[in-house]
Amino acid sequence: MSNDVALELKSVSKHFGKIQANKNVSIKLRRGEILSLLGENGSGKTTLRNIISGIYFPDEGQIFVNGEEVVIKSPQDAYKYKIGMIHQHFKLVDVFTASQNIVLGLNEKFIMSQINAKVMEIANRYGFKIDPDKKIYDMSVSEKQTVEIIKVLYRGADILILDEPTAVLTPQEIEKLFTVLKNMRDDGKSIIIITHKLNEVMEISDTVSVLRKGEYIGSVETSKANQSELTEMMVGKKVELNIERTEVKHPDDRLILSNINYVDKDNVAILNNISLTVRGGEILGIAGIAGSGQKELLETIAGLNKNATGSIIFNNPKKNLPVTFFHKTLKRVKELAQEGAFHYEDGTAVDFTGMTDAKIRELVNDGKVLFNEDEVMDLKDKTPLQIRELGVRLSFVPEDRLGMGLVGNMDIIDNMMLRSYRKGKSVFLNRTIPGSLADKVIKNLEVATPSPRTMVRKLSGGNVQKVLVGREISSAPKVLMVAYPVRGLDVNSSYMIYNLLNEQKENGSAIIFVGEDLDVLIALCDRIAVLSNGKITGIVDGRTANKEKIGLMMTHTETYEEETAND
Amino acid sequence: MTNAKEKKISEPLFHIEKRADFPRWKGWLIRIAAFIAGLIVSGIFGSITLSTNPFTFFSTMIDGVFGTSERFWIYLKDSAILLGVSIAIVPAFKMHFWNLGGNGQVLMGALASAAVAFYLRGAVPDSVQIIIMIVASMLVGAIWALIPAIFKAIFKTNESLFTLMMNYIAIGLVDYFILVWFPKTGSYIYSVSKTLPSMPTLGNPYILPILISCLLTGFMYIYLRNSKHGYEISVVGESENTANYIGMNVKTVIIRTLILSGLIAGFIGFIICGNAGFQINSDIVAGRGFTAIIVTWLANFNPLIMVFTSLLVVFFTRGAVNTRGFYSLTTNAISDITVGIIFFFIIGCEFFINYKLDFIPRKKGGNK
Amino acid sequence: MVMFLIGTTGIAIALLLGCLGETITEKSGHLNLGMPGIMSIGTLGGCYGATLYVSWFGEQTSGFFVIIFSLLVCIFFSCLMGLIYNVLTVTFRSNQNITGLMMTTFGAGITEFAMTKGDFINKSSVAVVSNYFKTWIPGLNLEDSWLSLFIGRGILVYVALILAIAAGIILNKTRIGLNLRAVGENPSTADAAGVNVAKYRYIATFIGSSIAGIGGYYYIIDNLSGSVGSYPNIVAIGWLSLALVIFTLWKPILSILGSFIFGALYILPTKISGISLAQMKIFNLLPYIMTIVVLIITSALDSKENQPPASLGLNYFREDR
Repeated sequence: MSNDVALELKSVSKHFGKIQANKNVSIKLRRGEILSLLGENGSGKTTLRNIISGIYFPDEGQIFVNGEEVVIKSPQDAYKYKIGMIHQHFKLVDVFTASQNIVLGLNEKFIMSQINAKVMEIANRYGFKIDPDKKIYDMSVSEKQTVEIIKVLYRGADILILDEPTAVLTPQEIEKLFTVLKNMRDDGKSIIIITHKLNEVMEISDTVSVLRKGEYIGSVETSKANQSELTEMMVGKKVELNIERTEVKHPDDRLILSNINYVDKDNVAILNNISLTVRGGEILGIAGIAGSGQKELLETIAGLNKNATGSIIFNNPKKNLPVTFFHKTLKRVKELAQEGAFHYEDGTAVDFTGMTDAKIRELVNDGKVLFNEDEVMDLKDKTPLQIRELGVRLSFVPEDRLGMGLVGNMDIIDNMMLRSYRKGKSVFLNRTIPGSLADKVIKNLEVATPSPRTMVRKLSGGNVQKVLVGREISSAPKVLMVAYPVRGLDVNSSYMIYNLLNEQKENGSAIIFVGEDLDVLIALCDRIAVLSNGKITGIVDGRTANKEKIGLMMTHTETYEEETAND
Repeated sequence: MTNAKEKKISEPLFHIEKRADFPRWKGWLIRIAAFIAGLIVSGIFGSITLSTNPFTFFSTMIDGVFGTSERFWIYLKDSAILLGVSIAIVPAFKMHFWNLGGNGQVLMGALASAAVAFYLRGAVPDSVQIIIMIVASMLVGAIWALIPAIFKAIFKTNESLFTLMMNYIAIGLVDYFILVWFPKTGSYIYSVSKTLPSMPTLGNPYILPILISCLLTGFMYIYLRNSKHGYEISVVGESENTANYIGMNVKTVIIRTLILSGLIAGFIGFIICGNAGFQINSDIVAGRGFTAIIVTWLANFNPLIMVFTSLLVVFFTRGAVNTRGFYSLTTNAISDITVGIIFFFIIGCEFFINYKLDFIPRKKGGNK
Repeated sequence: MVMFLIGTTGIAIALLLGCLGETITEKSGHLNLGMPGIMSIGTLGGCYGATLYVSWFGEQTSGFFVIIFSLLVCIFFSCLMGLIYNVLTVTFRSNQNITGLMMTTFGAGITEFAMTKGDFINKSSVAVVSNYFKTWIPGLNLEDSWLSLFIGRGILVYVALILAIAAGIILNKTRIGLNLRAVGENPSTADAAGVNVAKYRYIATFIGSSIAGIGGYYYIIDNLSGSVGSYPNIVAIGWLSLALVIFTLWKPILSILGSFIFGALYILPTKISGISLAQMKIFNLLPYIMTIVVLIITSALDSKENQPPASLGLNYFREDR
């Protein structure tokens, strides 16, 4: 047995309930080597990481450190074997200083000046910048990551595992990180980088191990590998996505965003002068590395970010279309009639004065009252409720399905009425309409559930998403925003979602699709806007776009330089 | 691979996992088992400390509750009042608003009734006076619940600590007013003049509170389950993010719900005060605001199940009154102890309903 | 004035011990609303210990040993309550609010039962211990001089002050304190860093319960000279201690100051001449109102510091995903 293997996993398996998260994974990490653990979302990288770091205990398999079999049943054990984990979501105590976080849980003399000196010594050896007395809540993302890395080095870790370390960094910061990692490798440390970014894999690693759907596919030396080969290992076959893209018919400027700015409560600029036009009958993709402002952009449009500035103009093509009570209340219809917004089929102006409510309802329900003009509304400073009361059918499938889009502890029917429960004057709920909607969604979208009265949290991820998307498209939205709609879904469910989006596009809906998989974005979207650090760095045509170009825009450097100037 | 050394590998004995799906009947089976275990332990406790046997101990309790029709009526009335307080606090809890101030809210309602009795007795007809009392009690109860709610809505001020403090302010105010109204005696329990109105009775004095609590329970069940407000309460309780996402005004929901909570609490305060002949003392609510939290929690915030849980809790309270006479004790503390023991078992058993213990089979030796 | 200050210290020390116990517990992320019950049980334990010891060795026993023994029983009883809380909330992950409230009812119930039933507690035995607190420095008689405020008070007064200062230092300047605070702020981070969350929570709750139990013990046996019948007051003292934790922003050193303010407010109305009984009641509300004001101000300022431990009241389950 060769002695230069720092960490070895043999046939490690782990399941959660019925889900097999890791199956027979075997990985070898040599000393002084950087190994990339490559895999798509849901391939089991995170589970494997948690097994190595003692958060989960494997159902089967063995772990060897320096050739000796070990049992890692807690993070303490991991430290004992000099394994250090740098989590994607930093595990830091906000009200502690950098040094306090670094020495947390250690058993050695607690003299702050000595600790600070040692921290600085490590920082200088590998080229980090750090202020040991700075509180975490005052730090930038990159500073926090530095604290995390020094934390494991301080504990004498020889094996470092970095989970998606670049996801939240700017290109300059990534470059610095890679320099530091290379310094550490040359110092004899063994490093595992968990990622799904191929270009980074090629740049930084010596060996690549690939996981797919929880299974170990294989390892190759980076110098002998090429990107298309790795992609194939990662996704199973060459990425020829068979996503249908229909032609755009009669596009109209549905939503016009101008100069949207948003600064969060920690005074960090999240959205930076965003101007964007979303057209009816087309799918607009939003690409960008995670945390570039996608979530905030959608939430601003949906009326959830009170502090955003700029304008959001909604154009509703309504000329000569009948007025409905679908979203308009009687009160709103009367107001609009007063403003002269309606006409009859013969062109005469509508005047409701003197009519009873019942008579007005009858006229409207018969489809005899038509709009004079297209509606133009400013959605800025409107709450989601006000937007709906204006009659704007804006649907939003958020990234956090159970935490935002749905209520996990409610059944499917009650979740169906989230958007519509307020309808009608009665103080009581009417569960018949949501009930039939639930039946319809279950049937049409093939939701696997025992009954419509089943709690949503008990459904699988794909079915949860179908319930959410089903509800959001049930109102025939004029604008449909979806964030990572296929994350965690199997292939069949994903394709169903793509088809539903295309269907909505055919119906003239303006669709904003925030995605992470560039292949999908390119195959599905008509146009793709690229976000980088809260800025739009380019808008490309989906039919002619290429991945490299988008990738370049995603890591555009211009914004970064401005950022440093502000620091 | 050479693994000559026979190593001792310590693996965790078992592994705890969240249950994804668990049949409801099994959950109830576990709860019933826990309840019985609690009964046994409290029976043993009672037997040892009172030098008796569990059979006599519990039969004394049963006798205290069902022994005479008078006892049974008192049992029902006390359960009704506890149920009323529980109904008052349940909407807040359903909204995950930890209202630990039920006691204070009820007490302030009672104080308002007593104040009306003190200032208006004889001045207006009894029926008018009763109506003024009800309105005043409900209003004051609502204000007492509203104050923490407003700060929770605006600043996210910790509501459990806030409402807890409000209890003690209510107690202090009651003590203060008793002394203001009766500076000479300064006694907590006093007799007011005979011109006080009497509570309307239906047949016997116990039926009115029972009827009111039944009505309140029915109302609250429908309100939480079938009204739009109730739906909003559930959504805000489950996920504030979702509530914002669909455009609910979370602040309004919090404030509105706590006003409702306080109105009912104040009304129950009126009932309690009225049942005591419109007298007041700072312990008149007798900790029901806290006991009610146990009642609602045991019933998983379902008003219908709360009927049974309040009957259960009051069974021990009333039973304890009888053990007091039977074993010549000076207090009713045995009920707190019995309820406590049983409750510890029930609260602990929830773990086995929500989590699963996976025992990991021992592997043999090394890797071969 | 001396009498007023002595009275203030009397209440203040009981509050300080209760507050200190709860602060240490809360720093681990446990919102233990059972503290009033624990303080009651601790007192019961102390009285029971005194009864036992005197029944074994008679009234002419060594003051030192009877104090130590009764304190040990007090701590043992308090820890039994802490054990119930720990098992339910840490091991069984029960709701902390509910468990704590139930413990207060249960603890007060047990105390009332045992204090009033037969001869479980022997009042004269308790008085014996109480006497030793007054005369632990032989031959000292300062009458009402200023010195009596500082010298010759019951030993627990000094113990409480030392404990508060020690707790302040341990929490902020030592590794154990750092780990404990991390457990209360962010248990998953502490866990990942190799801190045993369950162990810290168990131990913090045991220590907190013991200190709070001693608070009840001090209140009855030293401050009230063994007037066992005053046990119902302990629950009120317990709730006031919980308020004090908030009022002093979870800082043990600050809690010394806070406990004296609360103690002064508690005692002040009885010492002002011409104040009516009713006005006194209003005075007694002040600590609660001040606590609410502090609660509102800290939540309104929303600063990162001076907040409750971030995971206060939340149980930790490592595999929560």
